[in-house]
This record gives sequence, structure tokens and C-alpha cells, in this order.
Amino acid sequence: MRSTTSPGMFLGAFRRTHEFRLLIATVGLIAILSVSSRRFLTLQNGLDLLTSYAFSGMLAAGLLVVLVSGGIDISFTAIASVAQYVALVAVMHLHGGWLMLFAIGLGIGTALGMLNAVLISTLRISSIIVSIAMLNVYFGLLMFLSHGNQLFNMPDWFLNAFSWVLWTDSEQNPYVLNAQIIGLFVCFALSWLLLNRTSIGRQIYALGGNAEAAARVGYNAWRLNLVVYGYMGFIAGLASLAQAQLAQSVAPNVLVGRELNVLAAVVLGGASLTGGQGTVLGAILGVAVLACMENGLILLGVSSYWTQFFDGAVILVAVSTIAWERRRQRAAMRRVIAAPAGAAVARQG
Amino acid sequence: MSAFLELRGISKRFGGVRALDNVDVTVEVGEIHCLAGENGSGKSTLIKIISGVQPPEPGGHLAVLGEALHGLTPAESIRRGIQVIYQDLSLFTNLTVAENIAAGLHRGLHLVSWRAIRRTADAAIRRIGVDLDPDAFVADLPIAQRQLVAICRALAADARLVIMDEPTASLTRREVDSLLALAHELRQRGIAVMFVSHRLDEVLEIADRVTVLRNGEKVGTYEAADMTGRRLGELMTGKSFDYTARDAREVAGETVLAVRNLSRAGDYSDISFTVGAGETLGVIGRLGSGRTELALSLFGMNPPDAGEVAIRGRTLTRHDTAEAIGHGIAYVSEDRLTLGLVMQQPISSNITLAVLEDLAGRNGLVPDRRRQQAVTHWIEELGIKVSDPENAVGTLSGGNQQRVVLAKWLATEPSLLILDSPTVGVDIGAKDGIYAIVRALAAKGLAVILISDEVPEVFYHTDRILIMREGRLTGEFLPSRSSEAEVRQAVDA
Repeated sequence: MRSTTSPGMFLGAFRRTHEFRLLIATVGLIAILSVSSRRFLTLQNGLDLLTSYAFSGMLAAGLLVVLVSGGIDISFTAIASVAQYVALVAVMHLHGGWLMLFAIGLGIGTALGMLNAVLISTLRISSIIVSIAMLNVYFGLLMFLSHGNQLFNMPDWFLNAFSWVLWTDSEQNPYVLNAQIIGLFVCFALSWLLLNRTSIGRQIYALGGNAEAAARVGYNAWRLNLVVYGYMGFIAGLASLAQAQLAQSVAPNVLVGRELNVLAAVVLGGASLTGGQGTVLGAILGVAVLACMENGLILLGVSSYWTQFFDGAVILVAVSTIAWERRRQRAAMRRVIAAPAGAAVARQG
Repeated sequence: MSAFLELRGISKRFGGVRALDNVDVTVEVGEIHCLAGENGSGKSTLIKIISGVQPPEPGGHLAVLGEALHGLTPAESIRRGIQVIYQDLSLFTNLTVAENIAAGLHRGLHLVSWRAIRRTADAAIRRIGVDLDPDAFVADLPIAQRQLVAICRALAADARLVIMDEPTASLTRREVDSLLALAHELRQRGIAVMFVSHRLDEVLEIADRVTVLRNGEKVGTYEAADMTGRRLGELMTGKSFDYTARDAREVAGETVLAVRNLSRAGDYSDISFTVGAGETLGVIGRLGSGRTELALSLFGMNPPDAGEVAIRGRTLTRHDTAEAIGHGIAYVSEDRLTLGLVMQQPISSNITLAVLEDLAGRNGLVPDRRRQQAVTHWIEELGIKVSDPENAVGTLSGGNQQRVVLAKWLATEPSLLILDSPTVGVDIGAKDGIYAIVRALAAKGLAVILISDEVPEVFYHTDRILIMREGRLTGEFLPSRSSEAEVRQAVDA
């Protein structure tokens, strides 16, 4: 378990990380699935996987930052629902364009995320309680105001945007680079930049590692929370637009309920619920393992109930490995602490 | 020399409680100054005022390098070169050494320069000439090295005065020595060091001056050269403690514990000894000598590979804690906070934790009246100072917490009590109370093993001393027939 990808990290150290084990597991899983199903390791299936898991993956990139800060957010699916609904209703009624779509979608996402932060910081209530409450508040308001009505007939410029045929094979199958895949890469790149390349990101790691110490060094927890939850909301807004385009419709109630799968993927990737631990690579691998497994089981013709079962089992195994590894490290630490004192006595004696 | 920090007429009141009353302290440039006082004497309040965390009452005067400062904030205090290293060190264990040292570089929003972080860390590490790997994660470092990281961080922030709160509490003697050497080094460079502690005899050797606080008032500032540990203890408590080694006395009681050829690979080997009823046996050794591992084995938490443990002639077979408790062994751990107490739970629940089964009636429920009786009995018996037994244990002082742990185990009516470093983090007055309790228990026939790394503790408060080194028993002393120096020599040999 390592929290950073500092430049000093070399392969030797990387080999002892949770991410490395997860990478081995992912490669192993891909190898097994490739042998079992001829359709798994194809470019088409790869693009399909990226497209269909883009929504979860983007949210995982945002949630990672929240977990690193020592907080948690599960209201992001409700934020995403509100953002996409309001943005598209506005665009459809006011005949707006891209600018309006992004301004409203991302603006609402960021604002609702920041509202979470303000509640957590000022009421000093744990983030899990605040975000459960706000999930219900956002979602309830949306259902009330929208009467649960779905949106169809969205503008063509939105439905058909960001889609480039990379090439077409001999059987006339197009290979497409789409908005979802681009969005996925953008979100992971943003989270990586934020966490590893900005002073705010390093303060977020510090805050998650030891909030008291962070305050003593002079880091402003209030402001950091605003960034963290605002960023989560921003990502939720972006992901919601990508998802609306993929689904070609907006239903206010299809996103809520997927938050725990995203949380599971990030935790599987090694992020700690107590804060300060977690990497972008880990989050990517966490999403990848779950995506490959679910997809592989479908290709093998296994019932979708088993998919849920295996999801749970994989998470259990992964989290136990992390816990076991931490215990082992602590035991090793105790020996390290004891040894020099003993050695000193030996030298003096 | 000139004054770096000057405090005059500093008072602080919390509600009706006067935490500091008209205190004057001056810290010279490049001076090693000790601030001594028991828990509750006002040391922490004084640190908070110096670091700008709390404002003093109006009328107090605070100046740095002759410039009077009003409305000092934490940021201003840091800017003036004042750095506090708290007892918990306030490090980010999930980050590397380099990032911890350079934590002050992350201000506002800007891109991170890993090279600048590394440069800052390397410079600080070089300045004090210690061996620290900047790429290591703080979580992987032992306490003594973590302390060096905290000191480096203070230096990286251009400290002119480093205040260390209880810096020696969790260090071995050797680590304390290197810390003292480091303080000396800082003084050479014109950086003042203030040690704040209630265990100062070891720091006295290198200090220039000592200021003693008692009940929020300044007792005085003294030249360290004229000060002794005993005199300091008297000034801090206002009482005098005059211990003498115990007379040799026949411990007539039957053998309670017999250990024969006990070994555990990597921890200790070939340990044999006995403890009789009413006897207090001291086991002294450094950290890593195997003393704690041995104690844990007796208590069933660290099963031995070979050898035999017998209580009143009955040999233990399973080596688990249930068996140990069943045979009347009680263990008060060195780390009472993690092993001994449930901090958020009431004092009363903690006292009765180990005897719930004995208190329970036939239906398996514990009658409230019997529970209350047990709680009241032990609070009186051990003189625990509580306003309400239903308060959380965490609200008590260190000494009183230690008594609650004792009460918890004494309630099981043990025949052997193992005390592992019972006075770590406890101030002198409270220490004396614990020694008195141990004496009284032994007089009632309880067999006690007192494990410690402080020579005076075992020398003045036990009947017999075993020396432990590198996992073996290497010597035995009777305090009445030897000297403190002899024992110290045997431990350090």
C-alpha cells in the first residue's frame, strides 16, 4: 500500500504495492478470459468495455480524491442525475448550445458538491451521514420536480457529437472513439494532475493522513473540503453528460443506486476509507478488474446474479489482502524498532 | 546573550480556572531551556500562548527579539521562527520523509515541484547531519526517526526556537542521548531549544536553565548546573520524595509463579525464576531485551516454544489469556491506552470489564447494585480522583487512568500482578501514588512483577531485581545488598 507515485518510486518499491498485485490479478484475469472466450480480447470488446464502464470509471476518478482526503461521498449519483436533467431540460427549452450545456451541467455538479462540503465543514457531521442525507434530498427534489418524466428527443448535435470512426474493418464494423472514452481518460488525467502535481493535491493527502497535523502546519481544511467535494460534483456533472449521450435519453432514476459499485471499485483499488491512501493507478485497476470480470462472465454465459456474487467476493478478497498486508508490515515494524536497541546492547557488551 | 523570547506577566484563565498566573519566562538566543512541571501545571497552556494558538489575558507582554507582539496568531508565531514539536509529532505517516519535511512548501494553489521538495528535505537533513532516507514513508520509521523528521521539518521552516513537548517519553536511553546531542548541535547554530517535560533528569545534563511551573505559577528559573533530579521533583510537586532501598526481608509466602527454562525463538531464551506471595520482583531491561515479550508470554498473549510456567504448582498448558486469567494472572500493559482501557467508555465500565462474569447473576445479567458496589469499592481503594464514575476514562489524567487499569485487574482478585512500565507518561506525584498502591498490595500477599527500564524505579520499589539483556536473564540483585550504580552498570553492560 503506497499513497503516492512520487518520482523516487522505482520498480523495486512498486513491486511491493497493492497496485502491483492488482495489476498481476488484472493481467491474469484477462489471460484466463481470453483463453475461455474468443470474443474477449478483441479491440471491439475493449472499446465496448471502455464505453460502458466510462460512467463508473469517471466517478471513480472523482471519488478517489474524496477518499484520499479522509471523507466519503455517495451522493454523486444523485448529483449526476440532477445535473444532466437540468442541463438538458434547459438546453432543449432555451435552444442552447454546448456552452450552456457544459456551464449548467458542470456548474450544478460543482455547486451541489460544494454544498456537501459546506454542510460537512460547518455542521461538523461525518461525511457519510451528510452524503446519505443529501443523496436523498437531491434525488427526492429531482423526482418531485420532474414527476419522474424521461427526456427524449434531445438535439442531434448533442446525440451525435464526439464520435470518430478510427477505421472500419473488412466486415464493415466501425471502430469508434467516442465521448465516453475521451471523458474517461480526461477524468483520470485530471485526478492524477490534481493529486500528484498540485499543492492542493498534496495537502489533500496530508489532510487525509492526519487532519490535526494538517491544521497545525496551516492547511485550511475548510477550503480543501470545498475543492474535494466540488471536484467530485464537477466530475459527476461531466460523467452525467457522457452517460446521457450514451443512453440517448435521460431518466431521473437510473443513476441512483450505482454509487456503491463505484465505491467498491475505488476501495478495491487500494484507497483507504480512513483517508490518506489511494492512487489513480489503483482506482483504474479497481474499475478494470470489476469491468473485465463482469464482462467475462457475460461472455461465458453465466447468470447475471453470479456477477453480483463475484463482485462481492472479489472486493472481500482484495480488502482482506490489504488488511493482512498492513498487519504484516506492522509486525515487521515492531521487529525493526526492537532490533537496533538490542544490537546496541550487544555492541556495548 | 540576548533574549529571543520574552514573556512577562502572562496569565490565562479558562472559565473559573486559572491555568497560568503572572508567569515570566525568558529564552535566550541559542539556549537550551527546560520547562518543567507536573500535568496541569500550565506547561501546555504556556506553549499554546507562545505558538499563538491561544491569546494570553490582557496585560501580558510577549516579545520576540525585543519586538513586542500583540494578538499573536499561529502563522505569525511560525513566521517569527517559533516551531512546536508536539508529543504526537504531528507527522503525515502516509507521506514520505521528504514531503513531511517540506510540508510548508504547499501553500495556496500551485504546481508541485518534487525537486524543490527534495532539495528542502536534503538541506534540512544535512543541517543536522542525521541518517534519514528522504524517500522512506514515515509509517515505516521507528519513533526516534520520526522525531528527527519532525525536527527537520522545524528547521526547514527556519526555526529560531524549537519547543519540544515531552520529547523523551517514548525513546530508549540511547535514543535520548542522540536527541540531546542534536539539541547541543542546534544550540551551536544559534537555535534555542525548549524541552517541556515532567521527566527531566536526563535533559538536565545539557540544559542551560530550567523554569519550573506548579499549579499555573512560576516557582522559579534555575541554572541547570545547580539542579538535581530530586530537587527538581520537589520543586515541581512541592513535596519531598525520599526513597530508600527496601530492607532484605524473608518473603515467607509460598511460591506463586515458577518459570522453568522458558524460551521463545527471537524473543527470549532459557528463562527461569520464581516469585513468592507478597514479593515484588523487578525485571529491568532495555527496549528490545525481551522483557515485554516475556511478560506477554506469562499472560498467554505470546505462547512460548519451550519451557514451563506454573502458578501455585499448576502448570499452564494452553498458553492463552483465558487460561492465564483463570489462574489468577493480571497484566497491566505498558501501553495502557491501546491495550488496557476502552477510552470512550465510562470509568465504571472499564473497572468492571474483566469481572462481568463474576458479577452476573444466574440469568447472565449484571445487577446494577453489585456493579455499583464494585466500582465504588475500587475507586476508594485506589484513590482514583473522579467527579463521576460514568465519565469516559479518556477524561482522566494519565496517573488516574493507570489506576483504573489497576482496578480493572485487581477486581479479578489475582494472585500474580504483572506491571509493565506502569509509570510511563505519569508525573512524579502520581508515580508515588502507584508505588504506594503496589506496596500495599504486596503487603496483602499479592505477588508482583514490576517491569521497567528505569533503574531507580526497580531499585527503590522491589525486593529483588532480575536483569534482562538480549533475551536472557543476566544478573540478579537484592537492592538492600547492592547500590543503584551497580544495577545501572549491569543493565548498561
